[in-house]
Amino acid sequence: MTARPTLAQAAIAGAIALFLAAFLVVPVLAVVWIAFADGAGGVTLSHFGAFFGVSLLRESFWNSLYVAAASVLVASVIALPIAYFTSRFRLRGALAVQTLGVLPLVMPPFVGAVAMQLIFGRNGSVNLLLGDWLGVNVPFMEGLNGVIFVEALHYFPFILLNLSVALANIDPAMEESAQNLGAHGFRLFRRVVFPLAMPGYVAGASLVFVKVFDDLGTPLVLNVTNMLAPQAYLRITSMGIEDPLGYVISVIMIAFSILAMWLSARALRGRDYATVQRGGAAAPRRRLSRGQAVLAYGWIALVLLLVLSPHLGILLLSFSKVWSFSVVPEAFTLENYRTVFADSSGMIVNTLVYAGLAAFVDIVIGTTIAYLVLRTPLPGRQFLDLGAAAALAIPGVVLGIGYLRLFRGVEIPWLGGALTASWIILPIAYSVRRLPYAVRSCTAALQQLHASLEEAAENLGASRRRTIQRIVVPLMAGGILAGFVTSFITAAVELSATLLLASSESMAPMSYGIYLYMQSIAGRGPGAALGVVAVVIVAVGTYASNRFMAGRSAQQETKP
Amino acid sequence: MTEPVRVEVENVSLAFGATQVLRGIDVAIAPGEFFALLGPSGCGKSTLLRLIAGFNHAQSGHVRIGGDDVTRVPPWERNVGMVFQSYALWPHMTVAGNVAFGLEERGRPREEIRRRVADALALVGLQDLADRRPGQLSGGQQQRVALARTVAIEPRVLLLDEPLSNLDAKLRVHMRRELVQLQRKLGITTIFVTHDQEEAMTTCDRIAVMSEGRIVQTGTPVELYDAPASRFVAEFVGSINLLDGNLQTGAGEGATFVSPQVGPVPLPPSESLPGSGDVTLAFRPHGVSVSAARADPARIWLAGAVAEREFLGEFVRYRVRVGGADILVDAPHLTGAPWFDPGAGVEVGIDPREIRVLRP
Repeated sequence: MTARPTLAQAAIAGAIALFLAAFLVVPVLAVVWIAFADGAGGVTLSHFGAFFGVSLLRESFWNSLYVAAASVLVASVIALPIAYFTSRFRLRGALAVQTLGVLPLVMPPFVGAVAMQLIFGRNGSVNLLLGDWLGVNVPFMEGLNGVIFVEALHYFPFILLNLSVALANIDPAMEESAQNLGAHGFRLFRRVVFPLAMPGYVAGASLVFVKVFDDLGTPLVLNVTNMLAPQAYLRITSMGIEDPLGYVISVIMIAFSILAMWLSARALRGRDYATVQRGGAAAPRRRLSRGQAVLAYGWIALVLLLVLSPHLGILLLSFSKVWSFSVVPEAFTLENYRTVFADSSGMIVNTLVYAGLAAFVDIVIGTTIAYLVLRTPLPGRQFLDLGAAAALAIPGVVLGIGYLRLFRGVEIPWLGGALTASWIILPIAYSVRRLPYAVRSCTAALQQLHASLEEAAENLGASRRRTIQRIVVPLMAGGILAGFVTSFITAAVELSATLLLASSESMAPMSYGIYLYMQSIAGRGPGAALGVVAVVIVAVGTYASNRFMAGRSAQQETKP
Repeated sequence: MTEPVRVEVENVSLAFGATQVLRGIDVAIAPGEFFALLGPSGCGKSTLLRLIAGFNHAQSGHVRIGGDDVTRVPPWERNVGMVFQSYALWPHMTVAGNVAFGLEERGRPREEIRRRVADALALVGLQDLADRRPGQLSGGQQQRVALARTVAIEPRVLLLDEPLSNLDAKLRVHMRRELVQLQRKLGITTIFVTHDQEEAMTTCDRIAVMSEGRIVQTGTPVELYDAPASRFVAEFVGSINLLDGNLQTGAGEGATFVSPQVGPVPLPPSESLPGSGDVTLAFRPHGVSVSAARADPARIWLAGAVAEREFLGEFVRYRVRVGGADILVDAPHLTGAPWFDPGAGVEVGIDPREIRVLRP
């Protein structure tokens, strides 16, 4: 590592800073400014007063808080027993449990929402059966319940994964010493196990809270508009870009995102405390008693069934002629797929192009930021890292509103045409939103790379640039690919920013298409078919990257 | 303080899957005794300790504490206090919270808990750190909190699993003295697991040496050191010279030991000499002298050459090549004492009273 930053490093850092400023910082600041501006150049809180003066917005505010908190609660109820059972007991069917951890994530919640309505809605399969057998009707999907149900089922893996890691990392002596001093059963869990796993739980729970709080697609598809994200979207699209209340909602959403992330960062600060002095063996897994086995397997089976229901529902729906007021569709057809490929193949191509472009931009910026932060003495380099990570706190709706406002009337240089009307705005928005993930996985990859490997290359005569080309990038390839795939698959199903920024059907990606189809009863079939195509793309991407990473880690087992 | 209790382990065997970890363990620990389980890693000593605590379950055999069969009693009902190798202090509780835990689990009144926590912390000299978090303490302090947490419940038996292994060398010596003092003060039956023979010998009343899931010898530190029953114990406890060979006992007047490496060695008559057969001679380096000429006629003298020399302060350790064998000699060092350089021809004198004859 040289003591002084080079001009090239500074120039590259400057370019990235410019990109982040133009497409993240300034648009968000513009949104915040308008929420507080009094129109005469001064600052005012009157818009916030107005916001709380409108009863619909007040209601939306509480509804969003309620839905996010209730989703965290439901997701916790699903995830907690599974994480505990799998980490402390000998369970068969580990594969099924692992599947639980990823299956929900391959299908965006707004895609599954309609299928969930057909299965769990008032006239859905489950309630039809319940009505026949027991004469009862459970309002799973009524109003806010539906949003909570769909979101909890989609996002519980975040809690499950974080909690499982935290539980697995607890030094078994921590639990044994509590048993030795007289604690067991639920008291042991409440007083020692759960507090020690708390950081992992909080990290997962706050992520779920933010995701649900910011989600626009799911409430819209379920026709729930009295929440913050839908209100922000509806105000901007119906009242126009000048209406200040849309900006107030945006600021509130940013504030809650930052609050939740701050909580999670605080919880994670003491994170490795339970794992220090870890001695030897992992916690011995206990055998389940007969009663416990019935409970554990029963719960896992039930959750697996619930988790699979949107997938199954969307698949059934995509092959169905008509599906309403019946437990399963009455007739099957391939017509929906024909419609989709005839009318909407452009959307599929758009998605691949946009998500591919966004992911490419992300890994280029991600690798560069990782390198600048970890390997150069460039002053202020942490701000690049921080800037990229800040995108996590910005809901898609807010970014969309910011772009619409800031780039209103801005022409694309040389090519001409309004930026906000061009397709190019979508990959830009996607790349900014997914950048934190790419930076994280590139940074992790570079951190694992010992600096001596680069020093050896420089010692043998390679210049800094040649060292990066021949040593750093090849050895980081796994992390870079992981970043690319994560960015790609999440961008492929992004809806919040898309809804605001897609200005014509010809430039719309699949996520927008699915949303449009789902607006009408007749469109549900093709919408589901397009949803299946999206899920397949995401699943193939996930599978390919897992395979690649597994192969790579096996291959690099002997590395120093 | 409760009456000290006896701990008995009867014919205990235990396997983890296909691996037999404990094979027919029989041991009785007297009330109030400070007892060590000593052995190399993997010998089963920690497994045996965890079995007494209730974390491992024997396939056969019984564990009795104070006469009660606790073989099927779960850990939380045994009232045996265990100090873990990693201390296992809960980072989400204060020092006082950690120490109070066991008393809270026992549903003691708040006032009694407060008093006993204060007593336990005073016992280990940490009364001023009650409100700290474990992460803010040094290794030695954490060790003391772990001890205080365990003795606060007034356990019937104190189990210590390599409690000193995470401390640096100097602190280890200091803490082991404190442990002995604490144990004497409480008078509690204590079982101490360690792989360090010096630690076991300096602290414990009796030691059980374990190897491959068996107890190979039990005795006081002096008994183990002076009269090891096997090659394994002889090698594990202190340094020792071992010579393999054949013993030919004559009628009345002593015997001759014939080693393929050093040739015939005459042994003076002794009641401890067994009959003829294959044996191993064992003698400690400090029972051997080295000099330029054969001085003391009571010693058994062998001619050799110095192969290596290490200066250890209070003594000089020579490795002397005698025939085909190496013999270690610890020569006491005093200012100006003569040295032998590597390569020098020397006479090695073995004190016959220090020789133990081991049957293979």
